[in-house]
Parts: sequence; C-alpha cells; structure tokens
Amino acid sequence: MFKQRPFIVEALTAIALIAVPFVLPHLGFSPTTINRILVWGLFGLGFDILFGFTGLLSFGQSAFFGTGGMVAAYLLTVVEFPYVLTSLFIGTVVAAVIGYLVGLIALRRTGIYFAMITVAIAEVFYFIEFNPLSDFTGGENGLPGVPTPTLYLGFTTVKFNTDWSMYTFLAFWYFVGIVLALRIMRSPVGAIFSAIRENPLRAAAVGHNIHGYKLTAFVIAAAYAGFAGGLLGVMQGFMPPDAFTFDTSGQLVMQTAIGGAGTLFGPLVGATVWLYLSDFFQTTLHLGATWKLVLGVVFVLLVVFLRRGLVGGLVDLADFLARGGRSKEPAEPDMGPTPGGPGSEVGSSAAPAALNSATAAGSDVILEARGLSKRYGGVVANDNVNFTVRRGELRGVIGPNGAGKSTFFKMLTCEIHPTAGTIMFEGQDITGLEVTEVCQLGLTKSYQVNQLFNRLTVRQNITIAALAQKRGAFRLDLLRSLSKIDGLEKRVSETLALVHLTSRADTPVSDLAYGEKRRLEIGLALATAPSLLLLDEPLAGMSPRERVETVALLKQIANGRTMIVIDHDMDAIFELAETITVLREGSVLVEGTPEEIRANAAVQEAYLGGMHTP
Amino acid sequence: MINWANFISQCFNGLVLGALLALISSGLTIIYGTLGVLNLAHGAMFMLGGYAGWVAYTYTGSYLAAVAAGSLFVMIVGVLMERVIIRQFYSRPHEDQLLVTFGLGIVFVEAVRFFFGSLSKVVPPPAGLAGITPIGFMFYPTYRLALLGIVAVALIVLYVVLYRTRIGMIVRAGIEDSSMVDALGIDVYKIFMLVFGIGAMAAGFAGIVNAPVVSIAPDVGEAILVQTFVVVVIGGVGSFPGAVLGGLIAGEIISITSMFNPGYSYVMLFVAMTLVLVLRPYGLLGTAGRE
Repeated sequence: MFKQRPFIVEALTAIALIAVPFVLPHLGFSPTTINRILVWGLFGLGFDILFGFTGLLSFGQSAFFGTGGMVAAYLLTVVEFPYVLTSLFIGTVVAAVIGYLVGLIALRRTGIYFAMITVAIAEVFYFIEFNPLSDFTGGENGLPGVPTPTLYLGFTTVKFNTDWSMYTFLAFWYFVGIVLALRIMRSPVGAIFSAIRENPLRAAAVGHNIHGYKLTAFVIAAAYAGFAGGLLGVMQGFMPPDAFTFDTSGQLVMQTAIGGAGTLFGPLVGATVWLYLSDFFQTTLHLGATWKLVLGVVFVLLVVFLRRGLVGGLVDLADFLARGGRSKEPAEPDMGPTPGGPGSEVGSSAAPAALNSATAAGSDVILEARGLSKRYGGVVANDNVNFTVRRGELRGVIGPNGAGKSTFFKMLTCEIHPTAGTIMFEGQDITGLEVTEVCQLGLTKSYQVNQLFNRLTVRQNITIAALAQKRGAFRLDLLRSLSKIDGLEKRVSETLALVHLTSRADTPVSDLAYGEKRRLEIGLALATAPSLLLLDEPLAGMSPRERVETVALLKQIANGRTMIVIDHDMDAIFELAETITVLREGSVLVEGTPEEIRANAAVQEAYLGGMHTP
Repeated sequence: MINWANFISQCFNGLVLGALLALISSGLTIIYGTLGVLNLAHGAMFMLGGYAGWVAYTYTGSYLAAVAAGSLFVMIVGVLMERVIIRQFYSRPHEDQLLVTFGLGIVFVEAVRFFFGSLSKVVPPPAGLAGITPIGFMFYPTYRLALLGIVAVALIVLYVVLYRTRIGMIVRAGIEDSSMVDALGIDVYKIFMLVFGIGAMAAGFAGIVNAPVVSIAPDVGEAILVQTFVVVVIGGVGSFPGAVLGGLIAGEIISITSMFNPGYSYVMLFVAMTLVLVLRPYGLLGTAGRE
C-alpha cells in the first residue's frame, strides 16, 4: 500500500503534527479541541485496524476505552500511584486482556451477530461501571483529579500542564500510535487482516488461522482504545463515566465512517470534522443540542453518497487526477503475451512443489480415501467411495450433474466432514481436521466459483496465499516487514509467472477479465505450494479459446505436481488425465485410463451417450 | 429470605417485559430474516411510536387513538425508510447497512429531541385500566395486566399474519430464500417494503402501549435496542418463535435479577447470551447459515 516510499507517510504525519499548533488556531480550533481530536484519532487507529482493515464492525469499543481510562485514573487518583505513563500502560494492558476475553466470546460469530454481541457486551461494562464497581470508578461522578504527566530529564522536569504542552504529549503518542499502526499494516499480519475482510473463507482455505488473526485485531483495537481512554483522563484531569456509554462507541464508528474506514487517518479526519462542527454549531451558531441532529443527517448522507468517507474520497480523487481523467486502463486480452510462452517456465515452476514432496518420500500413495460417505438427512451425496491417488499423478474425476463430485472434493479438503469413512493424506489421517490445517499439510484446492480477495491487487492475493506456507497458520510477527520474509518475493513472482499474470501484478482483482480471475484462482492454490492440488472445474465458464489455453496451463502446472481435476469438459479431461475416476449417484462407477473409460459401456450409458450428441 | 409475593409480582413484571421484548424482537428479526438488513434504528422506532401516540393523545385524549397513531405513524416511517434509503443498500456490505441505520436512528432521536425536548412525556392508561387489581394474594397494576393481554394479542395477530395468510407465507418463504421468491415471479421489493413496515409497526405499537408503564423520552429506544439484540441472539436470528422464546427468557432474567440488584440485570442477561453462544451458537431456535 505505502510500499514505494516507506517512510513518507510517517514523515508527513510528523510535519503535520508540528505544524498544527501554528495553523489550526487560526481556523477556529481551540487547543482543547485539538487535543480531543488527537485522543479520538488514537482511539480510532485501533478501531480502523479492526473495522477498516479486518472488516469487523464493533459497536462496543467504549468498553475498552472506558476500562483503560478508569484503570489508569484509579491508579493515579485513589491509589496515588505517582507514574502517569506507567499507569497509562497498565490501563492499556488491562484493556487488551479484557479485549482478549471479550473477543473470545464475540468472535464466535461474524457479521451482524458480531455487531450485536459487541453492543450487548459494552452495555454490560457500562452497567458494571455504574453499579457494582461504583466504589472504584466513582459511579456517575467519574474520577476527578487525574494528574498531568511530568517528564524528569535529570537536569530539569518537563510538566505537561498547559493546553499546548499537553498537545506535545498527545501528539507524541499519536505519532507513536500511527507508526505502530503503519508497521502492523505493512506486516504479514496486516496483509492477512485485509484478506479476512475481503474473503474470510479463502483466507482460511489458503492456510491462515483466521480466528487467531481476528482475535489479534480485536486485542490491538482494545489496546489502542485503552491507551486513548487513559489519555482522555490525563488530558481532562478527570475521567468521565460517559466514556463507557454506547454514545462513545457510536461516535467512534461515525467519526471513522465520516473520515473513511481503512485509511488509518480516517478516524482523525472524522474526529476533526465532528469536534469542529460540534464546537461551531454550539458556540458560534448557538444551536444547543441540535448539532447532533445536523451531524446525524450529514453522517447518513455521507454513508449513502461517499462510500469511503472523506479520506477515501480524496484518495479516489487523487487517483483520478493522476490518471489525467482517464478511466481505468482496459483489461488486456486474455493470456497476454508471456515471455517465452508456455513450456519455458517449467523449470522454475517445479521449485515450489518440491518443498512438500520431500516430506513423505517413503510412500508412493499420497491420498487415500476409504469408505467415504456423506449423507444430508435422507439424501446420500456420496456413498462408500474408495479413492487412491499416487504421487505425481494427474487424476481426472468426471460424472454427470449430481454425481457428488463437489461434495467429494469438499470432503477431501475438509471443508465438510464425512458421515463415515477415513481420508489419509501423506500417510496421516486427516479426517475431521479443519481446512486450514489440511492446507498447512500441503493439500488445497482451487474453487469452482472464484474465491478471490477482490479489492486487493493480484500480487497481494498471491502474497497472502504464499504467506500461509511461509509462516504457518498463525504467527504474531506484527512488526516484521513483508519484504523481510525469506523467499516470499521469489515465490510470489514464480507463481505470477506460472499463471501468466506477471504483467497484471499490480492490477486490482476487480479490474481483471474473467479468464485472468480463473488463472488467479489457480494461482492462489499454487502459491501455498501444495503437494496435492485439487482443481474444481477449472474450465467452468470459459470460452473455447480460453479452454485451450487453460488446458495448456494445467499441463504445465502438472509438471512435478500431483493434481486431481474435476471438470465437465470431457475432451479436456481425456487430454489431461492419466487416470480417470467416474462418479455416478455418489459412488465410484469405474476407474481407468482415458481409453478404458471411453470404451466402457457403463460410462457410455451413464454419461457419454448424452454428451457426444452435439 | 425471599419475599414470595414480591417474587411472584416480579415474575409477572418479567412476563410483561418479556412479551414486549418478544414483540419488538419479532419485528427486528423478520426484517433481518427477509431483507438481510439489521435495523439499528429499531430502538428509535419504538421511541417514535411512543411520541406519535403521545401527540395523538394530547389532541384527542383517547388511548385508542394514541395506539392507532403510534402504530400507523411508525409503519409509514418504516415504509418510507425502506423505499428511500434501505433499498439502495441491499447490494452493499452489511457494515454499510449497519452504519446507515445507525445514523438514521440518531437522526430520529435527535429530531424528536428537537421538537419535543428531552423531558419525558406521560400517556396515562385508559380510565378503565387505571389503578390496581387484587389477584389472589397480591395487588398488581391493572394496566400491566392488561398490557400482557394486549401484547399477547398483538403477538397472536402477528403469528396469524405470518403463518395463516398468503402474504405471511410469502414472507416466510422470503426469510428462507428471498431470491427464490423473486424467481417465482413475486415482486420481492413489494414484500420487502411490507415486511419493513410490519416490523417497524411492531416496535411502534410496543412503544405506545408501553408508554403508560414507562414514561417516554427521546432515548428510551437505546436500552430496548440492546435488549432486543440479546433476545435475537438467544432466540436465533430470523426466527419468530425464537424471538418470542428469547423475549420471555430475557424479560424474566431482567426482572428477577432486578429484585436482588438491578445493577446485575444486564450482567445476567449477558451471561445467558454467552451460554447460548457457547452451547447453541445459532440461538435456541435458529438455524445455521443465517448471518
């Protein structure tokens, strides 16, 4: 995202933060307003990682904002603990721990359920703060007398007790916050966050433990919220109980949406607009409480018309101007000229596959399914399927519609679990494992209907898939740069070359032609370096010309890999596969070489007879 | 020691609150089930019902006019909201739908505050239902007893509409698979509008019939919205019977806990929700795949 000039965003932020005290007061901002903006901006950084980047809309951030603030304020006032910063950090840690526990519950569900559960949980915090814990939190009075921070430098002590000195304190921490947030978003974890937002199903299928990463995003957001809550108390000299209200969560959501989610700076811009308008309406126009009505209307209009908020709108405008008003460049013709054409890349393409094939050198059989059955109530999708694939084989699976091919594939990749039977992969029983674990073992599939990360570029798509194999299902390398991962770039560029998408690497998926998307679909599976690759109807929906080209591509990919291909295109399967399994009504009808299948009377009766009449 | 008369009267309160929550949640859940939109302005609909009824009451002095005005006004607001705004959001992500309905909720609340101020308003119960009624060993406010009956009747009407009419059949089919209903040649947008209207009306009706019990203020809807969410999570999204069951459970939990310490009523509600999430992630009567 900010790849080209890595530190330009940080530098610009620093300059802007230094310039603010000289510029904003002339525009009618009071120092208190500016300080509040920074607190809300910092609060929003974490929330943007959760909502804008990971796609989890929480309406319960007040719980962590309030908790962090109350813990810090309690330490500083009631306990009279003398160190402001230490108290802030303790508050942050407590908020993060609470965030972890809440996340365990809330993340059991996604989408609107998640939103509803976060609302409910935050409301519980509000009530706990007001009643059972009111002896500690001051109930509806809050905690007054929170001291301002001081910095002892040995020769002198800096006191942050005026508005502008407080500004330097807050600006410093906002800067630290943004540097950390940018760092996280440029790390592998950040890339996976975006993948979860775009397509959680595929993010899990390429081998990422998405629950773990969602929980990570949730804890990060809670930590930012807790720290910002602590700063609020320190800034005002008073920790208000209304930090815990639903209004706080709502205001954060609205500010982020106004500014633009998924931009990191959106919440800051949103807070600026919000607090400025609030001041303006109340003190200049004397609208009293009506300002909230005006802001509500502005917010609804923004959500309806400006989908990506103010920052998103500006970015889009800048992109538009940079292109000189031209619309997006037209999609290249399919299978654009690739250096050397098919065949020349066989050497390099064998490299990714070699990785996993070394692990179980002893056995010749890579996959063995025994007695596999799947029943949905009375409907039998698969019944007692026995299926064995040898290493290096290219197996075709055919069968009329409703023969249970897709169910069979889903069982092999552990997307669904069989009613009976076992699946052995590389000599290991994988029955009942999750799709993520199976992918980590080296078995993955490309989907019949494209499952891509739509708003990301082709390169980012492939990178996300390759990361799973390079770093395992879950790893918290939050501060590591993507470019520091050994062999990642090589893997990505090899995969891109293999599926002929090198020239389209920096194009967003949504701008690709259909055939290109199909190739990327296969590329995602390939980037995980599978030792066994399943392709579910790779030719579905393709034009005759695209079919020919894709068959050539599949042949090339098959070199040095073990693959199972399902397709309706009989000619393609006969051309590609060494052995073909025919399914009918959920069971194996027959298995053999293409010649045997062609000659088999039962197959002709069940299937080919109808297919060969034009 | 527990005071048994007090306990039973709290159970009754729980029943009344539960029935009310059941009605409001049914509205929320059929809208979500059919349109796929979680209406965060549903609490505001409850509040609007109360205010529209209060306005009608101050002009006519009639309780019945108040109930009619409250229900109809909110139904119209619901229909307009669906036609003008929500319709543009069917193809947009869930998050955008949440944002826009959340924003609309704030606009409704603040508009009411603008016109009527923040002070709470009272709609008295109709003359015949004022006072208290002795039932066996205890006295119970007459209107609350009546309210239980009124809400029960409303729930039955909703049930009949949903389960015994052609329109209801189409709506239930839409909850199962709205694109299939569309494919069958039924104008699914008309159904969406209707469902949004009925769902909103359920909240508006609840808002006005509850006004004699709890006085109305611009932000009464907020707490109701949160409780409704818990009800829906417990009962299962998109399930009418789930909303009724969840409503009754939530009502009893809130009332009985309040007897010991009102501060813990939300905590207990939350504990119940967590238990359901752990043991039956799709809600007591919900089915997998609806989210």
